[in-house]
Amino acid sequence: MPDLRNGNQPPRIGVYVCHCGTNIAGTVDVAALADYATHLPNVVVSREYKYMCSDPGQELIRQDIRKNSLNRIVVASCSPLMHEPTFRGALAKAGINAFLLQMVNIREHVSWVHTNKVEATRKAKDLVRAAVRRVGFHKPLEKRKVAINPNVLIVGGGIAGIHAALTVANSGKHVHLVERQPTIGGHMAYFDKTFPTLDCAACILTPKMTAVGSHPNITLWTYSEVASVEGYVGNYKVKVRHKPRYIIEDLCIGCQECVEACVYKEGRWADEFNLGLSKRKPIYLPFPQAVPQKVLIDPEACIEFKSHKCKKTCIEACGERNAIDFHQKETIEEIEVGSIILATGFKTFDARRNAYYGYGVLPNVYTSLEVERLVNASGPTAGEIVMRDGSKPKAVGIIHCVGSRDHNTNRWCSKVCCMYSLKLAHLIRERIGAEVYNFYIDMRTPGKGYEEFYDRLLDEGVHFVRGRVAEVTDWPIHPSENGKLIIRAEDTLAGFVRRIPVDMVVLSVGLEPQANARDVRRMFNISCSEEGWFLERHPKLAPVSTFTDGVFIAGACQGPKDIPDSVAQAGAAAAEAMALADAKYVELEPYTAHVLEDACSGCKTCLNICPYTAISFIEETKKAQVNEVLCKGCGTCVATCPSGSIEQNLFEDQEIFEEVEGLLAYA
Amino acid sequence: MELKRVVKFEAERDPAFADWISHTVGGERIRHCLQCGLCSGSCPLSLWMDYTPRRLLLLSREGFKEEALSSYTIWLCTSCYACTVECPKNIKVTDLMYALKARAIQERFYPKRFAIPELACAFSRMIRGSGRITESRLVLQVFFKTALWRLIGFSNLGVKLLRTGRLRFVRERVSRQNEVVALLNDVEATRKELAR
Amino acid sequence: MKYTYYPGCSLRGTGRAYEESLLAVFRELGLELEELDDWNCCGATTYMSYDEVQSYALAARNLSLATKTGNDLMAPCAACYLALHKAQYYVRDYPWIRQIVDHALDTIGLPRDISVKVRHPLDILLNDVGLDAIKTKVTHPLNGLKLATYYGCQIVRPYALFDDQRNPTSMDRLLEACGAKIVPYPLKTQCCGGSQKGTLPEVGLDRIGRLLAGAVRGGAEMIATVCPLCQFNLEAFEEEASNAHQFRIPILYFTQLLALAFGVPLKEAGIQRSFISIKPVLAEKEIAYA
Repeated sequence: MPDLRNGNQPPRIGVYVCHCGTNIAGTVDVAALADYATHLPNVVVSREYKYMCSDPGQELIRQDIRKNSLNRIVVASCSPLMHEPTFRGALAKAGINAFLLQMVNIREHVSWVHTNKVEATRKAKDLVRAAVRRVGFHKPLEKRKVAINPNVLIVGGGIAGIHAALTVANSGKHVHLVERQPTIGGHMAYFDKTFPTLDCAACILTPKMTAVGSHPNITLWTYSEVASVEGYVGNYKVKVRHKPRYIIEDLCIGCQECVEACVYKEGRWADEFNLGLSKRKPIYLPFPQAVPQKVLIDPEACIEFKSHKCKKTCIEACGERNAIDFHQKETIEEIEVGSIILATGFKTFDARRNAYYGYGVLPNVYTSLEVERLVNASGPTAGEIVMRDGSKPKAVGIIHCVGSRDHNTNRWCSKVCCMYSLKLAHLIRERIGAEVYNFYIDMRTPGKGYEEFYDRLLDEGVHFVRGRVAEVTDWPIHPSENGKLIIRAEDTLAGFVRRIPVDMVVLSVGLEPQANARDVRRMFNISCSEEGWFLERHPKLAPVSTFTDGVFIAGACQGPKDIPDSVAQAGAAAAEAMALADAKYVELEPYTAHVLEDACSGCKTCLNICPYTAISFIEETKKAQVNEVLCKGCGTCVATCPSGSIEQNLFEDQEIFEEVEGLLAYA
Repeated sequence: MELKRVVKFEAERDPAFADWISHTVGGERIRHCLQCGLCSGSCPLSLWMDYTPRRLLLLSREGFKEEALSSYTIWLCTSCYACTVECPKNIKVTDLMYALKARAIQERFYPKRFAIPELACAFSRMIRGSGRITESRLVLQVFFKTALWRLIGFSNLGVKLLRTGRLRFVRERVSRQNEVVALLNDVEATRKELAR
Repeated sequence: MKYTYYPGCSLRGTGRAYEESLLAVFRELGLELEELDDWNCCGATTYMSYDEVQSYALAARNLSLATKTGNDLMAPCAACYLALHKAQYYVRDYPWIRQIVDHALDTIGLPRDISVKVRHPLDILLNDVGLDAIKTKVTHPLNGLKLATYYGCQIVRPYALFDDQRNPTSMDRLLEACGAKIVPYPLKTQCCGGSQKGTLPEVGLDRIGRLLAGAVRGGAEMIATVCPLCQFNLEAFEEEASNAHQFRIPILYFTQLLALAFGVPLKEAGIQRSFISIKPVLAEKEIAYA
């Protein structure tokens, strides 16, 4: 029976059939369809037009609404994904509620998939008939507005996190930058030079790091991690765990007198920043340009923590500043933000997994990151390329694709390794003039200035061998190989196997998702792809958004990429966050579910099946409640509820049944 | 210096051969071969091969049957599986070598009196005959078919083996040998059926 | 524990010492072995070169017979071990192979079930018996005898079911439990050349020479092997492979060393079948033997 809602008035329906040029009209008899609709119950007006989505087309609808007092509209045209907002806008402009519209897809579902004109027209008629019956039961709905907190949380203080933080902070909004290491800088801080310009990495990075450290709009949380996240877009409550440095950060000025004075005269613990190639003391500054410029104490190494019997010369050296506090505890603080940017970066492939390359067994096999530290002037060997035994190599082999493009380890190409391998080849040639051999499969140099960089390398006398290296061994079979590391690979271009003796082997390790990526993504309620990279909303059109509104991703955590692309994505994510903040409100689609309190029996079946954790249980009333801001309208709870006490706007039982009846009532 | 013009026309390819290799065990992923050369690099016998395993895979995949079947490579393979294990594209290179070897034996694509295919043929004859291999008899058969004079070189070893009781001439047999023969014949019959 | 025993063709010929010592070791450990009734040749690598699918059928006959016994099947020979496993996996993974093999088994009246667990003695000794039990049986410890453990190809490639594929240590651990000292041997899984010494002598000899040199360079006094063909290659052509350096180290099966340590008399452990006497080394290391 016709519904008498909307002011007790019977539905007055207008039906509009679009030709879409010949896209629809070429297969569906649009004139017959429009004519058919006029005879359907409650249809007052039925028209056909060439392009309904055009301005005149929309004007047609608006005029009809006014002239004929229409209160329901059916548009038979393309997919709602294309033009539902357009037609809703037309209704709103004409003064009736935008949700009193039903679209019928006679393009993607009919004209684009059928060739028989008679059958196609019949199908279109069935679909329009169903829509006409359904739309009578549509209720007016309003989009909700939720206020947005303009503050932004950025997780990860690498180049992407830093750039995003500066961009947002410069716009006047407040940024919380959380970094788990004691200093920001990320992987870029390890590098010596960056490709293709051979800019000094520290020279271009440290100004940005310092800017972050001193920016009035940035709260920098280093040596901290996010402990929990609650809330929804525009309204996140985040708990940040601040690990104890055992140094009062506000008092420490980074003079390092304490380090100098430490009872350990020499370092004994592996220096993390130099990847274990040098040693540090229990109290240390992560690296000379650290931001914040503050020391920290390693409780595993410091005597005071183990025996409580240390002379504590560090406290003496600190003097009046009194910045050392052995009793410091971990703290957890809560912050409120409106949007979150994840820029947690990558980790390098563990080269020990490729047993035949000898990493960890043969002393002169290094990873590319280790070599970056060796060539860096502030590294463990002051920029001299010196191996573990103190000698300088006369021949160096650089092996590409370690842990990349390999079904046995990681299938993907890590994108940056060819370029950085060329860079290392250049730097090694420049510093010590050694013979350098690059073993590659394909030379991937697609960026701006990248192929030109490869060209430059070709002039520098580096040997390029196209062949994936089978093994690195120290067992010679020829006198010239004694005392050397032998690289065995087929030179595929020449067509035979070669054994090339070198002194030092550099493994160009690939990029992988961080070890805890899956835990992190669960905390922020986003998805990971199969390999473990954070999942973007759309690989081409929405690379920095996720399927969770208000959470964005930027940089290598989304997939392997170089610094220019990371910075670009960071800017994009910052823009998205700023757009959200500037919009001040976010509008939420009204097709959410709600619990009919009277009918709810408190069985709690719906609680755990909601994929968006949008349903909570109210203890006082013993009823379930849907948070309509978190609800995405998937309908799972509606279908699950055993007593049928959850309803969903725009998908109420009666609306669906009417549509089904309409389809089944063959004319 | 002898001039030799080498250009390969498409007409010289054997598409049926290329098709055949893609449908043998291992061939299902032969299209994935990026020619990285890891198989050749890890092959302990590649030092003696005229075509490296990588090159052989490409030749086979493209249908250059002559080159593929007349290469030394397929006879040098000892099926140590290093290539299969290392291949970054999970291509069963060893099984492709087996397929090429079997095809070469079938089509007699090898020089006369070549020991390796003769060994394979003698082996299969012995299985059909007795169901088990008697090493001494097998070795003698192969010597007969190839280079009998080489036996002299092995006489020293033969004596040592006899002395230590490791050379036995009693024929090892399966009592229900008819089962083995029926099994093998049935395999052939089913294969012919499937081919039709 | 009871196991069905699949000797394979080599263990009756050149690999006799392997069988003898293996049976002795299992007897000492109280493990029951029953030879698979009327087993046929598994095809090994040679039949696979002739016709791969036929070789799977040959293996399948053995597997079907073994599955009927209800016990795990022990295959000491590396090539048999691989051939049997390969047949199981390929019949499972390639429907057209399964069709052919099933039909063949039907024809000879054997069940299609070929799911028996194929085990290697290293696997059984390490995992079913355990190092602790092995240690209690050692009455004649090997006194730091320096051994290079040579695994060869086929028990770790392409299926590494009970040990690491690139750096296996199962044999190492067993022999260490008997008091031996395992020397570093990076070539432990490199191919011995298989039958190439007979067919392409130059190639075979190069491979064998390389392996012997590697072991000697590591300081080995003996090489422990796991495969009859590897043992034969290394031992039979040791003299020929020696060029500048004379290699004279004994090549034994790991089961022979275990048998020695368990106090099994030399003859029962097949020691007399070696070409090079081990008595000088035993004397030097003051290793007692029965």
